[in-house]
Amino acid sequence: MTDAIVLKDIRKVFGRLEVLHGVTLRAAKGEVVSILGASGSGKSTLLRCANRLETPDAGEVRLGDLVVPAVKADRRTVDLLRQRTAMVFQAFNLWSHRTILENVMEAPVHVQRRPRGEVREEARALLDRVGILDKADSYPAQLSGGQQQRAAIARALATRPEVMLFDEPTSALDPELVGEVLRVMRDLAAEGRTMLVVTHEMGFARDVSNRVVYLHQGQVEEQGPPDQLFTRPESARLRQFLGLAEQ
Amino acid sequence: MIDTAFLWETLLRLLPGLPLTLQLAAISLLIGALLAFALAGMRLSGLRLLDGAAQAYILVFRGTPLLVQIYLIYYGAAQFPALRDSMLWPFLREAWWCAVLALSLNTGAYGAEIVRGGLMAVPGGQIEAAQACGMGRWLMFRRVLLPQALVRMLPAYGNEIVLMIKATALASTITLMEITGLAAKAISESYRPVEVFLAAAALYLCLTLGAGRLVRLAEMRLLHGQGNTGGTHS
Repeated sequence: MTDAIVLKDIRKVFGRLEVLHGVTLRAAKGEVVSILGASGSGKSTLLRCANRLETPDAGEVRLGDLVVPAVKADRRTVDLLRQRTAMVFQAFNLWSHRTILENVMEAPVHVQRRPRGEVREEARALLDRVGILDKADSYPAQLSGGQQQRAAIARALATRPEVMLFDEPTSALDPELVGEVLRVMRDLAAEGRTMLVVTHEMGFARDVSNRVVYLHQGQVEEQGPPDQLFTRPESARLRQFLGLAEQ
Repeated sequence: MIDTAFLWETLLRLLPGLPLTLQLAAISLLIGALLAFALAGMRLSGLRLLDGAAQAYILVFRGTPLLVQIYLIYYGAAQFPALRDSMLWPFLREAWWCAVLALSLNTGAYGAEIVRGGLMAVPGGQIEAAQACGMGRWLMFRRVLLPQALVRMLPAYGNEIVLMIKATALASTITLMEITGLAAKAISESYRPVEVFLAAAALYLCLTLGAGRLVRLAEMRLLHGQGNTGGTHS
């Protein structure tokens, strides 16, 4: 199968602290890869290197035919990488001065320059799909966290991304609101979207992802199919992380 | 006792100065706002030289009296032959331009810090969301950063607008016949400073009240546009 996205030998240094020591991670087309790890393991940084919200210090990102080297990537290549991916943030980050519908339409109309009428139809269909069409004309502050995150997912879908990046999408939600967001994400996985998901939701990682990657101190400690990782982890650190009793 | 008939008559006498006062304030505020954005951009550019130059400018113009700045431009410019021979002289020769220049340069310095504060107060997540969908810098500034910064800077800028309306009174010291200029003239003819200055003060009060009301209105509109008046539910 062809790779939709490859992060190759990604290194990232913050000051004197090297948070990523050359991490390689790939996702085939239609694959859902969950990235697990304790806080400080570098999993969010890795994801943010994928769309250049962080600039890696070495390595490269490949998205289909687009190659973005860590250093000397020109702005247009980076913009292209970002236009072909989409990110869902932990804190939603919906634009607070625009309605939900405007949030979803913003990038297709102003970045991709698609006709407004067509985009509007599609945006409404997406909002319907995530179950908040009735909130189309509300502002983000008027929605609950779960509704905001579903709107953010609709916004991400609106640009027809090749790869979707989820950065702890349920970590800022009240427990009772987590389910509605995970439901939407399961739905996306089922229709064959390529997704990289940084998450603490073990249930989601186990049931939905095709592959799980466990990061420890900026390195891939172990990876494989969820069955294997969750039931027969080889690494002692992963066993500890999963709370499995040591023999 | 205050002579109300005379007070009223003076008020009518000062009214012709109103357009000039408004004109000085409006034009200076407009040029000053452009200058403020440019200076704020320099301060946030991350380039030491630009940041330093903007900081020095702001320090000088905020740290010296506006009246001194007006005098320096109006009386000082003529001392430099290079200036007198330059294309700028037709402007610097005119008191009106000198006043506009001094007021603009001054409010630009104050406005710069207001604009900078407003831009910096926009949450990073709003900008990251724009970057993540591949917006270029200019598009992001226009569609996300600026509209959100405007709401945050409006209350402070409203204050600056009021200060500037009052500061135009200083233009009377370089021969301009705006409200205060006409008032000074009326006093020299009537020797009744209390009524004349009361009338002038009343006019300024009307202007500043009106400006404050307009700013409030703009604020409400912007805030309402962001759904912040609707309250949240979870």
